[in-house]
Amino acid sequence: MTTIGFFIMIISITSVLTLVSFALFKVLSLPPNETESLHGQPDIDTGDLKDPD
Amino acid sequence: MAQEKKTEEWGSRIGVILAVAGSAVGLGNFLRFPGQAAQNGGGAFMIPYFISLLILGLPLCWAEWSMGRYGGVKGFNSAPGIYSMVWKKSISKFAGTLAIFIPLIVYMYYVVIEAWCLGYALSYLNGTLMMGADAEGYSQFFNSFVGIGENGEVFGGGNMLMWLVPATFVINFVLIYRGVTSGIETFCKFAIPVMVICALFVLVRVLTLGTPNPALPDQSVWGGLGFMWNPDFETLLEPKTWLAAAGQIFFSLSVGFGIIVNYASYLKRKDDIALSGLTASGMNQFFEVCLGGLITLPAAFIFLGATAGGFGTFSLGFNALPNVFAQMPGGQFFGFLWFFMLFLAAITSSLSMLQPVIAFLEEGFGLKRHASVAFLGLITLMGTGFVMFFSKGLVALDTFDFWVGTTLIFMLGMIQVFLYGWALGIEKGHKELHEGAHIRIPMFVQYIIKYVSPVYLIVIFVSFCTMNAPDYIETIKNDPVALGSILFLGGVLAFFLLLTHIAGRKWQKEGRL
Repeated sequence: MTTIGFFIMIISITSVLTLVSFALFKVLSLPPNETESLHGQPDIDTGDLKDPD
Repeated sequence: MAQEKKTEEWGSRIGVILAVAGSAVGLGNFLRFPGQAAQNGGGAFMIPYFISLLILGLPLCWAEWSMGRYGGVKGFNSAPGIYSMVWKKSISKFAGTLAIFIPLIVYMYYVVIEAWCLGYALSYLNGTLMMGADAEGYSQFFNSFVGIGENGEVFGGGNMLMWLVPATFVINFVLIYRGVTSGIETFCKFAIPVMVICALFVLVRVLTLGTPNPALPDQSVWGGLGFMWNPDFETLLEPKTWLAAAGQIFFSLSVGFGIIVNYASYLKRKDDIALSGLTASGMNQFFEVCLGGLITLPAAFIFLGATAGGFGTFSLGFNALPNVFAQMPGGQFFGFLWFFMLFLAAITSSLSMLQPVIAFLEEGFGLKRHASVAFLGLITLMGTGFVMFFSKGLVALDTFDFWVGTTLIFMLGMIQVFLYGWALGIEKGHKELHEGAHIRIPMFVQYIIKYVSPVYLIVIFVSFCTMNAPDYIETIKNDPVALGSILFLGGVLAFFLLLTHIAGRKWQKEGRL
């Protein structure tokens, strides 16, 4: 393996590892998603449409 | 007016990232990337590779994530609905048909390759594949296993594929039946870490091989790494190197498949997509560069020498590597780990191909999960049966892969760039991308999507067609199986265009379009 080949390998791997480590660290250190408790009208099932008669 | 009604949602932020990464990570990361790099300048290939990642891969990923969540918030999970929300024209939903058709067809042959991986993993467990250094033996094993010699050979009796393919089908459909959170997300949370562990075990084995044959001192770990990474900068002057790099990034990240738009549609309005898209892409690159780039070709070079660079994807994976594992210490165990990892990678990808179709059947026709899964199972079974039966020379598989798994993906990629950059608009797209975002993406990325990516894609597509299409057209003229495959594909496409038309009328009646 040539010196330049070695450096390209190291730079490529380091770049990808840095990117994925930064991104994963940021994702995992965020607080959990908030649960939405508000519902729009289409989500509310009042049950009065099933048997109109 | 669009109804804002959500059917399913991801359970966690990391869940959707692992699912998208799992969709992207597949055989291409471990088998196609090293071959492309070795044939296009070794380490020098990484220059156009990373440039393509920055100006094609990542921007297209963000565009797909943005459009997917945009359509999902407006109540659609399938591409025909999502594209109709992005561009309110009746033709949009038919463009979306491609984003259902592509994953559906790719699944039909990908599940067969998935079964090959499972078969090879099991063959390592029982020792069948430990045949020493007899290269011809591995070639014969593969040819007989996949039925390459004669159409219908697989159905002749005694072939493992006759139960391996149904088994992989069952695994896929059980997981897809369980839904986005309990099926796809749960499986990816298990599979991705297991894949990393398996690959790291194999990596450590390869990097500690030293010089197995003292009579061939060049065939060492150091020599193998050099074979993969030593640069030939003159190849950068050849257009095909840049095309190969762009093509690799495009296929590796699974952009243009219609999968990311579907997965992103299950996000909530305030869920991050900028950081999630970057993380999923980064994980895919980790598998490709850090694992695929250090394992596959170096290992093959150590035992097979310079001939390792001349193998295609299948011959490298299913002929050369078994030969390599058989010769290395502990090869039976590491061969099992390797093919089991490929099997898991294939499942996480094939699951993502089914979900866009399930979403379409459910929201387009109001089907319940069991009905949509049964309907999809029937269609995919026909296609997979077709690919399995017409196995001679793998013509059917190759025809499906070229016209749908490659050509149509380019076309859908271009359609999506148009939809995002020109129909939705980059100002709106930029705002959408930053809704709930945990990182800032510079505005120039939007200009890249609007102006640079389409030109880059068109150049790649035209060059690709010029180089490859004449041979495939000739095959269609001369080979009845290739012609039959095209007719089959045309029939399925026409059927799904009809379904899209019917679904579109239903959505119009409901006031959703």
